[in-house]
Amino acid sequence: MTSRAEVLSALSGVRDPELDEPITDLAFVSGLEINGEAVSVRLRLPTYFCAPNFAYLMVADAKAVVLAVPGVRRARVVLDDHYASGEINTGVNEEEGFDGAFPGETESPDLEELRTIFRRKSFVARQEKLCRALLAEGYSPEKLAKMRLAEVPPSGAFEKYLERRAELGLDVSAGVPLLVDPDGKMIPKEAVVEHLRFARITRLSIEGNAEICRGLLATRYGIPDPEEVTL
Amino acid sequence: MYEKDGEKYFVVDGHVHYWDASPENWVEGQEEYAKGWLESFYAYHQLGPEEYYWPWEKYQKYSEETMMKDLFEDGYVDKAIFLPTYLKAWYKEGFNTIQQDAVLAEKYPDRFILNGRFDPRDGEEGLREFERDHERYGFKGVKLYTAEWHNGSKGWSLKDAEAKRYLEKCEELGVTNIHVHKGPTIWPLNKDAFDPKDVDDAATSFPNLNFIVEHVGLPRIEDFCFIATQEPNVYAGLSVVLGALMHSRPRFFAKVMGELLFWVGEDKMLWASDYAIWHPKWQVEMFVEWVYPEGHEYDDFPRLSTEGKKKILGLNAARLYDIEVLEELRLPAVATESEPTLS
Repeated sequence: MTSRAEVLSALSGVRDPELDEPITDLAFVSGLEINGEAVSVRLRLPTYFCAPNFAYLMVADAKAVVLAVPGVRRARVVLDDHYASGEINTGVNEEEGFDGAFPGETESPDLEELRTIFRRKSFVARQEKLCRALLAEGYSPEKLAKMRLAEVPPSGAFEKYLERRAELGLDVSAGVPLLVDPDGKMIPKEAVVEHLRFARITRLSIEGNAEICRGLLATRYGIPDPEEVTL
Repeated sequence: MYEKDGEKYFVVDGHVHYWDASPENWVEGQEEYAKGWLESFYAYHQLGPEEYYWPWEKYQKYSEETMMKDLFEDGYVDKAIFLPTYLKAWYKEGFNTIQQDAVLAEKYPDRFILNGRFDPRDGEEGLREFERDHERYGFKGVKLYTAEWHNGSKGWSLKDAEAKRYLEKCEELGVTNIHVHKGPTIWPLNKDAFDPKDVDDAATSFPNLNFIVEHVGLPRIEDFCFIATQEPNVYAGLSVVLGALMHSRPRFFAKVMGELLFWVGEDKMLWASDYAIWHPKWQVEMFVEWVYPEGHEYDDFPRLSTEGKKKILGLNAARLYDIEVLEELRLPAVATESEPTLS
């Protein structure tokens, strides 16, 4: 039989697209039941009015990863306490899609464009985090501008950066430059400092938002509020 | 006025509410939204210090006495600016309307500045109502709430042609301070609902108006900073920034302040308590004491002097609203506009 650990591990692959963190770390997974081949998951969010599009993506992604766990034949994912819980839960579990769940309230055929916007932001933020660590180790901005992926010392931050870079469809082979914008264009060496300065606010925006969300979730559900971590 | 270590701070609270969110005011069939809205506020409330928490019943509706005491007796506020929030889709008489606010503003004219509002989706009729409101109350600013639901529409944009007509009317009437709440404009549902870029357009088209972006576009602070550096008439409204972060997330607060000081500058930042989400007293006290936390990660942010804190706590708002400030509370030298630099 499928274990809780397997399902939770699968769910840790689902990220809040806006906060760029696993829904398991964010304490958004509030319930998990396994009955033979059927798995039921409950999700919760920091406020009643959290953006319905991101909420939908998380519910849909959670269902997809749970269904991919070996031995699971049926999965049901339910979002609680949200103004659009009804539409989202029906949309995902009846496989209507986002447009089907909110008829007349969307503009393009799906949520991929939105997902891409946030993948790009996440790319910029992860690159900044990696570069900041490299600068702290003594690499100069000029050196970063010339650096190839093969020359980057291994680290967790580097892996996360590569993962997002690959998801955007950008080249991740050894000989290509480390520093590129979300379209894959190289950053010239005289622009590196400014590029990173802007990138830093993108990261702050994502991380700061995640901190507010953690705080709101903690007060909403009376759960412990984790210490803030800034790196 | 707040006095600390021989320094006197003139305090303008740039964003206060006098709301009624009690169940009697909930629209039938919309109770879940009305309740959910205030519950979200209540969660934010609890990001402040615990000794300032209110019970849920008091949070739904509070008295005039409570508000006057909190702001002006205990909270050091000299002037408070009312920013109305209608939400009539969920609250029968509105959440916090001009008329509700006017009761206090007219009773205590030396304490409150009353701002108006409009919703471009109200068309021609709304424009006339806006003019009538202006004639009646003579406001210098408006609060725009692009996320508000209205007749099946789930929000609007400053780029809309209808919005331009209203902004032209603002220019004509001398309503120069446009406070824009950049919260979740929800429709179309599949777009990035928090995107503040429509402010950029409006600020370029209306250089004589000041655009105060409430909550600095959180959670899209990078978009806000980018706009504010490009547009000289875009200001940072610090409601929520202090309230939600200064106590509960001091390290992120320091980083947000650092970035705002770098990109926007201390001449274009305005404090607000967002009362009754948070009490002004602890915010004023804590902000005057505030310094960057220990650690090198804050080294390259601009420092904030006592003079800068005086600007943010009141003098900048006094400038935008032509509020007279006693000589002893002004800055010794004439303040100059600082331009953000990219070094």
